[in-house]
Amino acid sequence: MTTVTKMVGQSLKRREDPKLITGKGNFLDDIKLQGMSHAAILRSPYAHAKINSIDTSKAKALPGVIAIFTGDDMMDINPLPCAWQAGRVQNNANTPRALSAGKALYAGDGIAMVVAENRYIARDALDLIEVDYEPLPVVVDAKKATEAGAPQLHENAPNNICMTWDCGHKDATDAAFSSAEVTVKEQIINQRLIPTPMETRGALARYDEATGEFTVWMTSQAPHVMRLLLTAFVFGIPETKLRCISPNVGGGFGQKIFCYADMAFTMWAARKLGRPVKFVEDRSENYRSSTHGRDHITDVEIAGTKDGTITGLRIETWANLGAYLSTIAPGIPTTLYGRIATGVYKIPAAYCKVHGVYTNTAMVDAYRGAGRPEASYLIERMVDRFAAEIGMDPAEVRRKNFIQPSDFPYDNGMGLLPYDSGNYEPALDRALAMVGYADFRNEQAEARKQGKYLGLGISSYVEICGVAPSAWIGLPGEGWGAGLWESANIRVHLTGQVVVTTGSLPHGQGVETTFAQIVADELGVPYESVLIEHSDTAGTPFGYGTYGSRSLAVGGTALYKSVAKVKEKAKKIAAHMLEANPADIEYADGKAYVKGSPDQAKTLGEIALQASVAYSLPEGVEPFLDETTYYDPPNCTFPFGTHIAIVEVDGATGMVAIKRYVGVDDVGNPINPLIIDGQLHGGIAQGIAQALYEHGVYDENGQLVSGTLMDYAVPNAAMLPNYELDRTVTPSPVNPMGVKGAGEAGTIGSAQAIMNAVIDALAPFGVKHLQMPATAERVWRAMQSH
Amino acid sequence: MIPGEFQYFAPTTVDEAVSLLQQHGEDAKLLGGGHSLLPAMKLRLTTPAVLIDVTKISDIKGVSVNGSVTVGGGATYHAVASNDAVRSACGVLADCVAQIGDTQVRNRGTIGGSLAHADPAADLPAVALALGATITAQGPGGARTINADDMFVEMLTTALEPNEIITSVSFPRLGAGAGAAYEKMRQPASRYAIVGVAAYVKLGSDGNVAEARVAVTGAGPKATRQDATEAAITGTNGDDAAIAAATDKAGEDMDYLGDIHASEEYRRAMVKVYTKRALAKAIAQARG
Repeated sequence: MTTVTKMVGQSLKRREDPKLITGKGNFLDDIKLQGMSHAAILRSPYAHAKINSIDTSKAKALPGVIAIFTGDDMMDINPLPCAWQAGRVQNNANTPRALSAGKALYAGDGIAMVVAENRYIARDALDLIEVDYEPLPVVVDAKKATEAGAPQLHENAPNNICMTWDCGHKDATDAAFSSAEVTVKEQIINQRLIPTPMETRGALARYDEATGEFTVWMTSQAPHVMRLLLTAFVFGIPETKLRCISPNVGGGFGQKIFCYADMAFTMWAARKLGRPVKFVEDRSENYRSSTHGRDHITDVEIAGTKDGTITGLRIETWANLGAYLSTIAPGIPTTLYGRIATGVYKIPAAYCKVHGVYTNTAMVDAYRGAGRPEASYLIERMVDRFAAEIGMDPAEVRRKNFIQPSDFPYDNGMGLLPYDSGNYEPALDRALAMVGYADFRNEQAEARKQGKYLGLGISSYVEICGVAPSAWIGLPGEGWGAGLWESANIRVHLTGQVVVTTGSLPHGQGVETTFAQIVADELGVPYESVLIEHSDTAGTPFGYGTYGSRSLAVGGTALYKSVAKVKEKAKKIAAHMLEANPADIEYADGKAYVKGSPDQAKTLGEIALQASVAYSLPEGVEPFLDETTYYDPPNCTFPFGTHIAIVEVDGATGMVAIKRYVGVDDVGNPINPLIIDGQLHGGIAQGIAQALYEHGVYDENGQLVSGTLMDYAVPNAAMLPNYELDRTVTPSPVNPMGVKGAGEAGTIGSAQAIMNAVIDALAPFGVKHLQMPATAERVWRAMQSH
Repeated sequence: MIPGEFQYFAPTTVDEAVSLLQQHGEDAKLLGGGHSLLPAMKLRLTTPAVLIDVTKISDIKGVSVNGSVTVGGGATYHAVASNDAVRSACGVLADCVAQIGDTQVRNRGTIGGSLAHADPAADLPAVALALGATITAQGPGGARTINADDMFVEMLTTALEPNEIITSVSFPRLGAGAGAAYEKMRQPASRYAIVGVAAYVKLGSDGNVAEARVAVTGAGPKATRQDATEAAITGTNGDDAAIAAATDKAGEDMDYLGDIHASEEYRRAMVKVYTKRALAKAIAQARG
C-alpha cells in the first residue's frame, strides 16, 4: 500500500500565483468583446446639490459618442437594494440609483453616463456636459449630522438618523457604573479608511436580444448574490436572465462585496443600445465613489474594581454610513460590532447603542474586519486606559478578565451566538515571551532616562468568522434578508480528475489551493488532479460570497461534506465490484477495500470509471460520482490571539518607528500555514496603516481631501516592520475540520497594538489617549501639550 | 485618469526643442520624467495642447565629475544616485536623489524637470540652494546661467523664461573641510518633503565654520535659504551649543504652508529640528 503525503497542514505555494504574478491573469479590464462600447460617468463635484438641469447636447455632438443618459432615463429600474437592514432601518433605507436624479448627495455621486466608442472619447464628452447645480449645505461628521439644524439628506430620515440600534443590558450596565470603584471615559474615533484594492472596480455588461439574457463580468466578491439582487430587486426580471462572472479579482477587502450603480447602468445601457458596455473606475473614482470603511465616533466608558476586575462597559457610537445605504452597511456597526464589543473579557454588564447616520460622504460599508476592528480597537484601548488608571500591568488586567477555557461555549450577553472555543492565556503568554516582556519595562525605563521613548502595546482580540448560520443572521433582529450557507459540488470524472465547483470564490486568498489540499487528502488523490472551479453563476452552485473570513469555515466545510458523500457512494460501488458486503468496505488513501484485506481494493479511478460507464452498478445506485452539499453551520467561529508591538517615538518630531511586531494567532486547525501567514501579513499591514498612516479626510464642504494616492497614505514595504508570528491551535467544534478563518484576523488584532504602544511611549507626557492615525504631528502635539 | 488631447513631439537636440517651444508658445509644456506633469494631466488639472519630450535629447543626459559635478538637465535621478564619481565628489547630491520617490520615479524623473517644476516640497531645490548650484538654461538667444539663489521665485515658478530648457546643472565638489547633508521628514503618501533641510558648511584652517548655507524645502511655497541660521553658525566652532543657537533662528523669516499632513505650526517647529540634524551631520562630515 502506498503512503499518501498529507496535503492539509503543508505550506504549499499558491497554485493561483504563477499566472497572476507573471501578468497572465484575466481581470475585468482584460476582457474585450465584439462591438464593446465604453462608459464614463459624470459625477457631482458638490457634496450636496440640487440639479436644476443637465444639458447634454454639446457632448452628444462629439464624434464617437454613442449615447448619453441621465438618472431620469433610468427610472424604469429600481434603486439598488440594501440587503442587510439591521437595526430596523426598513422605513428609511435610502439606497442609490443607477444614476442619481434631481439631487446629488455626495461629491462623486453619478449623475450622467456617456457611452462612447472608446474610453478617451467618453472621458472628453464628460467635460462637454453642462449641469446647473444649486449647492446645498453639507454635513460630513456623523455626530454633527444628528444635531439640530444640520443639513438634511433624506426626507424620511429626520436628523439624518438611519437607525438606532442597541444590544446588551442597559439597566444592569447603568447599575454597574453607579456602583463602580473605578470608571474611565473616553471619546474614541475610528477614522474613515479607503480600502484601496490594487484593481479598481467595474462591470462589463452584454445583452442578448434574442434570448433576453444578460451576461455581466464584474469585479465582485459575491457574483451569485449580485445576480439575485440585480434581477429580483433592480431589474425585476427572472434570475435566469442574468449570468454573473467574476474574472480574476485584484483584491477587494470588502469593497467588492456590494451591489454598485455601475452593474446596473452598464446592464441598462447594454440593453438599450444593443452593444456591450464596459465601465472601469479610475483610481480617483474608486476613492470618491466606491465604499469606504470604519468612520465611528464613540463615547465609551469602562467600569471596574481597583484590583483590576472589569465590571461594566458602556458604548454609544455614531456610525457614519455615508449618503446612501450600501448593500450590507447597517449590519457592520451593529451585528459585527456591538455584539462583539466585550472582546475576550468576561464583562458582567455591557451595553452598546449605535446610531447609523447619513452624511454627505461616500457610502461606508464593510472593509476588512468590518465592525470587528472597530470593536477590538475600542475594548483594547479601554482596557489599557483602565489598567493605567488603576496602575496595574495591562497584561495582568487582560489575564485577570479573560474568558476561561472552561467557559466555552461562552455567551457574552450581547445577543451574539456563543463563542465556539478559545484559550486566550497561552496566546498572550507566548506573545509576551516572544517580545521579551519581562525585560522590556527595564529597557523602557533606561531608554526614557536617555530621552528615548519606547512603548509596548498589547492587543488581545477575538473576532467572528465563518459568518452564518442562516437561522441566526436571517432573523428579523439581525436583519440579514437571506441565508449565509455555502455550497460545493464534486464530480469525479472518468479519468480520475476531480472537479469541484464551489459557490465560494477567491479574490486573492488562495482558495483554489486550500480547497484542493482538503480534497486531495480526504479523497486520497493527487493534489494536482483536483480542479477548483468558481466565480461564474453559470456552472457553480449558489453561494453567498467571499467575505467575513468565511470561505473555508463555511464553503470549505460544504466541500468536506461533499467529499464524504462521494466516498460513501464510492464504497457502495466498490463493494459491488469486489462482491463484498458494503458494510465491510473501508476507504483510505484513494482506495476502497475490504476491511482487513487491503489487497482487495479498487482505486477511486477504477470506481469512477465503473460509475461512469455504469453497466454494472449496485441496485438503486445512480451513475457517476457527483455530490453536492449545501452547508449551513450551527454557529460562527471565533478566532483569537494576542498581538504586541514595540514602538519608539522620536521626541523631537513625534515620528513613530515600529521596533518589533509579534503576533500569536489562533485560527483553529491550519490548512495551509503559508497562506495563513500571508493573510496575517496583509491584515496586519492594513491595521498598522490605520494606526499610523491612512485617513480618508473630507473637508467641511464635503470634498475628499485625501482623494489620491499622493495624499492617502497606503504604506509601502519600507514603512512596515518584520512580522514575528506564531500560532496556538484551538480547533473549532463548529465544523468537522476544526477550522476558524484567517482572512481578517491580522486587521482586527493590529491597530490597537500599535496605538497602545504609542500611548505607552507617551506616558511620561501624561498622554492617556490619542486618535488614529498617530501621525508625527499628532504625536508631537500630544507631547507639546502635556 | 485620461488626459485631454495633446500633440506630442520628441526632439533629439536642444535647438529643436527650443524652436518647438517658440513655435507653440504657451500651449506647450516640456515633458521630462512626467511624474508631476502626467498625473496633473490625467486629473485634467492641466491640459497642455503640446508636449515636447526632452528625454530623447542625448546631449543633456550626461553626468560628469571634473572640477565640479555637472549633471545634464535630462539626467535621471537614478543616473545621478548610481554614479560613484558623484557620490565621492558630492555625496549629499547622490544621497538626496537616491531617496526621492521610489525606484520607478528615480528611473524616470530628471534633475532639470525637478528644478524647473519647482514643487514646493521637492527635495532637489534645497540641495541646489545649499550647494550654490548653477543652472544652465538654453533659449532662443543662446545659453545663460542662473544661480540657484535666483532660481526659485515663488510656488511652481522659476526664473526660467517660457522658452528655455535646463541643459545642465553644476554642483561643487565637496573637498576637504567641507560637508553637506540633506535631512527630511517624508510625507507618508507622496514621499515628498513635509520638511527637508539641506546644509553645507566649509571649515576654515582654524577648524571653525568659515562658510555655511542652509536651505529649507517642503515647509513653505518655495525652497528658501536660511540667512539668519547661516550667519549664526558662521564663525563658530560648530559645537552643539553653536548648532542649537543657529537652529533657533531657522525658519523665522519665511512663509509656511499647511495641509492635512502637517500644519504650518508643525512645519515651523520641524524646520528647526531638521535644520539641527542637517547642520550637525554636515559639520561632522566636514570634520572628517
